[in-house]
Amino acid sequence: MSGRRIRERGLAAVLLLPSALIFAAFFFYPLYRLVYLGLHQQNRFGTAERWVGWSQFSDVLTGDDFRDGLSHTVVYVLLTVPAGLVLGVLLAVAAHRRLRGIRVFQTIFGSTVASSVAVASVVFLVLVNPQIGYFRDIGFLSLSDPDTALRGVALSSIWQNLGLTFIIVLAGLQAVPDELYEAAVLDGFGPVRRFWRVTLPLISPTLLFLVVVLVIFGFQAFAQVEILTAGGPAGSTETLVFKIFRNQQPATVGVGAVMAIGLFVITVVVTLVQFALLERRVHYGS
Amino acid sequence: MDVSGVLFEQITKRFGETVAVDSLDLRVDDGEFMVLLGPSGCGKTTALRLIAGLESADGGRLRIGDRDVTRVEAKDRDVAMVFQSYALYPHMTVAGNIESPLVARRVSVDGDEPRKLSSAERSARVAEAAGVLGLSELLGRKPAALSGGQRQRVALARAIVSRPSVFLMDEPLSNLDAKLRAQTRLELVDLHRRLATTFVYVTHDQVEAMTMATRMAIMVDGRLQQVGSPREVYERPANLFVARFIGSPPMNSLPGTFEVREGEPSVRVGSGRWPLARGAAAPAEGRRVTVGVRPEHLFITPPGPGNGPGTGAGAGAEGGIDGVIAAVEWLGHERHLVCDVDGSRVTVRETSEHADPEPGRPVRLLARPDAVQLFDESSGDRLR
Repeated sequence: MSGRRIRERGLAAVLLLPSALIFAAFFFYPLYRLVYLGLHQQNRFGTAERWVGWSQFSDVLTGDDFRDGLSHTVVYVLLTVPAGLVLGVLLAVAAHRRLRGIRVFQTIFGSTVASSVAVASVVFLVLVNPQIGYFRDIGFLSLSDPDTALRGVALSSIWQNLGLTFIIVLAGLQAVPDELYEAAVLDGFGPVRRFWRVTLPLISPTLLFLVVVLVIFGFQAFAQVEILTAGGPAGSTETLVFKIFRNQQPATVGVGAVMAIGLFVITVVVTLVQFALLERRVHYGS
Repeated sequence: MDVSGVLFEQITKRFGETVAVDSLDLRVDDGEFMVLLGPSGCGKTTALRLIAGLESADGGRLRIGDRDVTRVEAKDRDVAMVFQSYALYPHMTVAGNIESPLVARRVSVDGDEPRKLSSAERSARVAEAAGVLGLSELLGRKPAALSGGQRQRVALARAIVSRPSVFLMDEPLSNLDAKLRAQTRLELVDLHRRLATTFVYVTHDQVEAMTMATRMAIMVDGRLQQVGSPREVYERPANLFVARFIGSPPMNSLPGTFEVREGEPSVRVGSGRWPLARGAAAPAEGRRVTVGVRPEHLFITPPGPGNGPGTGAGAGAEGGIDGVIAAVEWLGHERHLVCDVDGSRVTVRETSEHADPEPGRPVRLLARPDAVQLFDESSGDRLR
């Protein structure tokens, strides 16, 4: 190996070091610890541990608790992502026009991006409060009924995510050249056909990005569950992350670790599948 | 009126405080290649968009053929437009792009009532339009996989596929390189001849206007300055603006005074004088004017004895104005001599056969008497 090559290798290593350190500290080491914890069982005080091997993985991942958490999470994703996306696109299309004062509406529609999940959840908690809430009579949102509680949590998340969806879709719309719409007008396409024929295909990369991000948000839902229902009633809103959170005591930390690894693998697989399925229908600009 | 001409009657369009098109009266005859020419912001593109129906007029009437289309929607105007950026749908194939004006619109077939075309009819039209523009091999490609020239052809094919009565083109050559632009100019003229339909073409490039137009309309600040064939506009510009906008290098303009001596009209510039042709309309004697001469109508001679500065009136029957060569621009087939004359710059265009004259050399400038033009000193309007 020539001296120059060695120097280049050295420089590459130095330049890679900062990000390598960050990845090691915050990603690779925690992942290693999760696997380690998943392979062990601790006593109630966390003072002793013993090797239990891969059996803990198969027990937890095939157990009722994980299956319930996963099904709640999937339902939650199905409730939040399509509805949130459709609403965000509708709002963005409505606000994407040259009107005096339209920026006021754009700011209002995008404002939830500036509120945290906690704030959004507290606001929603007041709205559905059984005594004073504005939505207290709307039964299908009730947080105290196991059949409806997840819908209530989902609704608050849809609202919370709407600002982000709106802003990103609006940016996507603004990137579509006006001349394309004008060409479509001359081609005789009305507003609805312009949307399906021109707008939607051209913002499809934006929508793919949002689907991926919103699905991951959905899989990670925790704070809204903790604040609105604390997993109840009767565990009906316990998402996977919530169950992982519940299993942080020394006695069950191994279970929580296995669930966390399970969630990680599922998220990676779902994201890859989304890219593979949607990529073919997405048009990236020339 | 004719089948597919366009008639602007006192059309005005404002954007806020700005008047983009100001009381425009313009007739585009059936089958004409009309070029709207002017500097950027002159209202030419707005005028084109008014024909397309992408803008609506604030005042006046617009006719296409014998129809008043002032309030008719864009899709029902029977026009097609080629955009500056081509505005191809990037997610559709070439075939899909070309077909798109036929999908939703009703189209007239052989002069019958307009109707929607069947899928087979549409495919036949697409194949035909693609054939005309040499795109048959590219129908399955997406625009991203095409060269600039090919995209431009797709935009043209999309325009001709519905056989509209008027073609509108908004600077369609501005995204092509110089060589391709020259070639495409010829092809557009050929396309116009084959389709025998009205073209309205917007450009700021006088070469495009001169080479393609049957007539051209020059606009400035939303106002029409002159309409005429390229030759009319070049040889008899309506005002100083048009005179200096058309032609490269632009027409020389100098301050002067109109005089008549022993029945011979002439114009005095500084201490020199250019005789004018007799017979043309003449302004009042002694009137201050702006003198316009195209560079190719000027010649240089040495400032001979008795012709020198200060002798003024004794400059002989052919007259002449003295100056000094300031710079020589050699272009191969010709050269431009930039001369200082009484504080003005004057450009002389001549063949480059002989050796280039040295800058700093004093010269006498002679002008072809029938080619010297006079303009009003303040309004710039043509006097003779």
